Amino acid sequence: MSGLLYSAEEEALRAAVRDLLDDHCEAAAVIARADTAEPHDLALWRRLAHGMGLAGLLVPEERGGQGASPREAAVVLEELGRAMAPVPFLTSAVVATEALLACAADGLLAELAAGRRTGALAVPLHVGPGAGHPRARLSGGTLHGELTGVADATAADLLLVPADDGALYAVDADAVTVTPQTCLDPTRPLATLTLDGAPGDRLGSSGPAVDRALGTAAGLLASEQLGLATWALEETVRHVKERRQFGRPVGGFQALKHRLARLWLENVNLRAAARNAADALATGEDTDTAVALAQAYASGAAVHAAEEALQLHGGIGMTWEHPVHLYLKRAKADSLAYGTAGAHRGALAALADLPAP
Amino acid sequence: MTDADDLRRRTAALLAAHPPGTTGRPEFLRARFDAGLAWVHFPEGLGGLGAPRALQAVADAELAAAGAPDNDPRRIGIGLGMAAPTILRHGTEEQKRRFLRPLWTGEEVWCQLFSEPGAGSDLAALGTRAVRRGDEWIVDGQKVWTSSAHLARWALLLARTDPDAPKHRGITYFLCDMTDPGVEVRPLRQITGEAEFNEVFLTGVRIPDTHRLGEAGDGWRVARTTLDNERVAIGGTRLPREGGMIGPVARTWRERPGLRTHDLHQRLLGLWVEAEVARLAVERLSQNLAAGRPGPEGAATKLGFARLNQEISGLEVELLGAEGLLYDDWTMRRPELVDFTGREAGYRYLRSKGNSIEGGTSEILLNIIAERVLGLPAEPRTDKDAAWKDLAR
Repeated sequence: MSGLLYSAEEEALRAAVRDLLDDHCEAAAVIARADTAEPHDLALWRRLAHGMGLAGLLVPEERGGQGASPREAAVVLEELGRAMAPVPFLTSAVVATEALLACAADGLLAELAAGRRTGALAVPLHVGPGAGHPRARLSGGTLHGELTGVADATAADLLLVPADDGALYAVDADAVTVTPQTCLDPTRPLATLTLDGAPGDRLGSSGPAVDRALGTAAGLLASEQLGLATWALEETVRHVKERRQFGRPVGGFQALKHRLARLWLENVNLRAAARNAADALATGEDTDTAVALAQAYASGAAVHAAEEALQLHGGIGMTWEHPVHLYLKRAKADSLAYGTAGAHRGALAALADLPAP
Repeated sequence: MTDADDLRRRTAALLAAHPPGTTGRPEFLRARFDAGLAWVHFPEGLGGLGAPRALQAVADAELAAAGAPDNDPRRIGIGLGMAAPTILRHGTEEQKRRFLRPLWTGEEVWCQLFSEPGAGSDLAALGTRAVRRGDEWIVDGQKVWTSSAHLARWALLLARTDPDAPKHRGITYFLCDMTDPGVEVRPLRQITGEAEFNEVFLTGVRIPDTHRLGEAGDGWRVARTTLDNERVAIGGTRLPREGGMIGPVARTWRERPGLRTHDLHQRLLGLWVEAEVARLAVERLSQNLAAGRPGPEGAATKLGFARLNQEISGLEVELLGAEGLLYDDWTMRRPELVDFTGREAGYRYLRSKGNSIEGGTSEILLNIIAERVLGLPAEPRTDKDAAWKDLAR
């Protein structure tokens, strides 16, 4: 147990993921792709999922996966957030995988773990752990209804659909009409699922599966937010050292230095909160509080980092060609994903025994 | 190589030779120091065993379980946190042997004669003079904001010894005897009503050259050791959840539902989150230190701690409603302990205002982070290479 630090194995995993992303995930290509009807980089996803085995990171070895823990998944998410990689790791290898781990669905789990299929949980992205969500209607043995705001559904061939009988169903994406929505964050696109008599395999009770999936997602999302905030800080520091105005680097002006130093402080805190959540998810100790704490803090810190990055880049920060907009869009979308900071503070009111009036 | 089992054997041997029930406090502490169990990461013969710092917890736990007296780290915080690391790093063997043992046992309390009325954040501008006369230095000047000066036996003193040199290069570091007849300590009453700090007037104070720490003119480099340790000492204490200033507010919230409002609830939850995250950041810093990887987060924890203490204590006064308009006691006292969370909400609110000033202002610490951690250009310094005597004051 490494507590709040990174183990040597985790650092090795980070280095491997970063190497791959350095070679195959250029910002210019991500920006160009975000403007098309196919925003996901499925070739990159295959390299990560098959090539590196990341799709099965959270799946035990005896069930076809890598047998790693949420601590390792968190390190992967830091790197994916840092590179703004448009791949469905969080939605498939974390959310859908955790939902299947809660059910006895080893066949599907092994397919997801091997990267042969990609999954998505048919719950709107903004729904946090313990919150209510829409469900499909089960009628005549098939599924009906419309579910919106489902992240990465266009990249998924397996949809995990909660239905009004309280069960979770595995539905083949070919049996569903998946309509992309125009989204604030184009690198993690949302879609509407229209189910019109879609056949589904009953996997088990949806409540525990969805709770587990969303709890893990909320806790690990903080690591993605850490990755993007780290990029925002490092890239901005690099920029203000180079950019000259009034005869000197703008990074030498105290007003900017203090803003960047404060950003660094938030980054230090965000790292502690994200590591704590990942460790708590791995050990099972104090998990609910650690997850709610991380999300109550991470959203504000990540959005602040992206907003400061944009402002301190000046005019170039407002352009489509500079990647800072990808980070701002993701940071803002992440601040709603799997529960807002306010929703998680509400959870802490109960967990920390600080009840409302 | 010392390991946890070895430490437990040594601790057991100390307890057997000096049973806490029948041994006086100073005697036990001296024996503990001599056994190398005071600060295990210090060298042998100087209260330590050259062991990893993280093993201290093993010795501390065994001794606490046996009911052994402790050396009251809160009362001797400046000695432990600042004097000890500076003397260990820059002192002569003679100085280490003379000062570290009574420092650790608490038989000699330390204070820090750094700040002056004209040199606070710009500490290197200090004007207290030390002039060499044979084997002695004669010191004249005035210091301010000196915690514990009224209790201290020894002081860490910065004085100017070469006014012709640029300000950072003409300073020398001394260990000053507070019982010297030229040392006068006057209480300085503060915003809280008490006199926790002092003014110290130095008039013809005679310091033997053997009490110089480091080379003459090299005092600024020595002081950097003290200052870096000060920030860690102020902000880097490991605490349990709700162990800091958020604790009293949370308890009041739980115990007195009549005070609750929706606005205060939202603010309280926000600060609870920030306090807990800041606590985890300190925990992460400590784990890095224990793993032999000191990080730059020391300065960060002090900054975060200052801002949070101020916001939390401000909220606490509001939460108390009508009671928040009262104050417990304005009597001028001379406290023996600096206790940021002591007394009542109004006191905490006023005292915490000092947290962003003492030990380096928040503004200076932000500069340090920006320059040393992020590598941003340094502030322009027109006075850096000018002789100190030519600077405008």
